[in-house]
Amino acid sequence: MSKKVSVMGEYIKGLWRNNPIFKQVLGMCPTLAVTTSALNGIAMALATTFVLFFSSTIISFIRKLIPSQVRIASYIVIVATFVTIVDLVMKAQFPELSKALGPYIPLIVVNCIILGRAEAFASKNNVGRSMLDALGMGSGFLIALVMLGSIRELLGTGTILGFQVMPNFYEPWLIMILPAGAFLTLGSLMGFFSFLSMRRKRLLMNTEIKRDIEKKKPVIVNSAEV
Amino acid sequence: MNLVTKMLLTLTVIGIISGGFLMKINEWAEPKIDEHRKTATEEAIFKVQQKAKSYEKVNVDKELYKVYDENKNPIGFALPFVGNGFQGKIRVIIGIADDLEKLTGIQVLEQVETPGLGTKIVEDPSKKGNEFWFPNQFIDLSVKPEIKWIKGIAPDEPNEVEAITGATISSKSLIQIINNGIEYLQSLRDGGKI
Repeated sequence: MSKKVSVMGEYIKGLWRNNPIFKQVLGMCPTLAVTTSALNGIAMALATTFVLFFSSTIISFIRKLIPSQVRIASYIVIVATFVTIVDLVMKAQFPELSKALGPYIPLIVVNCIILGRAEAFASKNNVGRSMLDALGMGSGFLIALVMLGSIRELLGTGTILGFQVMPNFYEPWLIMILPAGAFLTLGSLMGFFSFLSMRRKRLLMNTEIKRDIEKKKPVIVNSAEV
Repeated sequence: MNLVTKMLLTLTVIGIISGGFLMKINEWAEPKIDEHRKTATEEAIFKVQQKAKSYEKVNVDKELYKVYDENKNPIGFALPFVGNGFQGKIRVIIGIADDLEKLTGIQVLEQVETPGLGTKIVEDPSKKGNEFWFPNQFIDLSVKPEIKWIKGIAPDEPNEVEAITGATISSKSLIQIINNGIEYLQSLRDGGKI
């Protein structure tokens, strides 16, 4: 099946059509927990993309060597190695960010996006396609997290990436940076995107129906006359 | 090669390679992480003991620092102390004068209080220009007989602190943690250890 998808398509599909958050609804825990600000969202998404990229690459590389009975165990060890690397590097180089993200960096190990892509894609496709797929999924995750983080930060504190955006008289909606705000924002965004794709589908259908009707018109008219 | 051997071999090889990698990374990262932890503690000590010029770890069962002024005279202590907040642990560093009667300042190091309400124990962005009004109340606060909190009116006793509106439990918990910390110091002093 993957042969039908063009090389660019492997990357593009993660951005929108198979977006891990809005379409596949994977990896909800970090999505809801860390997106209190745009910066946290970016950091989380970059850390996840790093792990996703390298674990997908390696898993795809050794996919034929791993017996299928121990594949999940092997994947977890590989993923956990990269997560620990990210955690250590962040603690050493960006202590502030590491403090803000707290336990959610080690929790990338059990992020469904990574294991999901390893099982569904990297274990069945070649290295190049797996890399592109991982990058695409990572970018899709980044887009979703930045969107969530920016909306929550804007409404919850009146800033974006720490810069004051809202006018001074704006009273921040505290609920947006509390856990409830994460659910409200994610729900609204998902609803909005579903509405968009449904409308697109309906428009497509309508034009098809119209075309069909126009084609069949003479037949219908004839039968009515008869 | 039968399947069991192959399975064992695969997992062992993956495990060894990962372990080796992580060891190398850890060797590089560990000194840096320790360095960050040390600078953070140092900064916090000098923040709660403004007059301090040097400090020294005291050998007791908890983490405790004795601070000195420029003439090497002991002027007080800095004690990182942990206790329960509203939702999780609060870790605070308490600066206290040598006689254990007056605080020199406090700083919250770690907390998971409600954003926008309980987090005012660290910083209150809604009060422009006076963001640190809550922690600043502890500077020169008398701790005898113990720190008390009041609500809605300005404090008039030397050992009173105004609680944060909407975050009474966070304020109360923090004060409780500080009182416990002072009690611990007092017990050390009574035991002749400091």
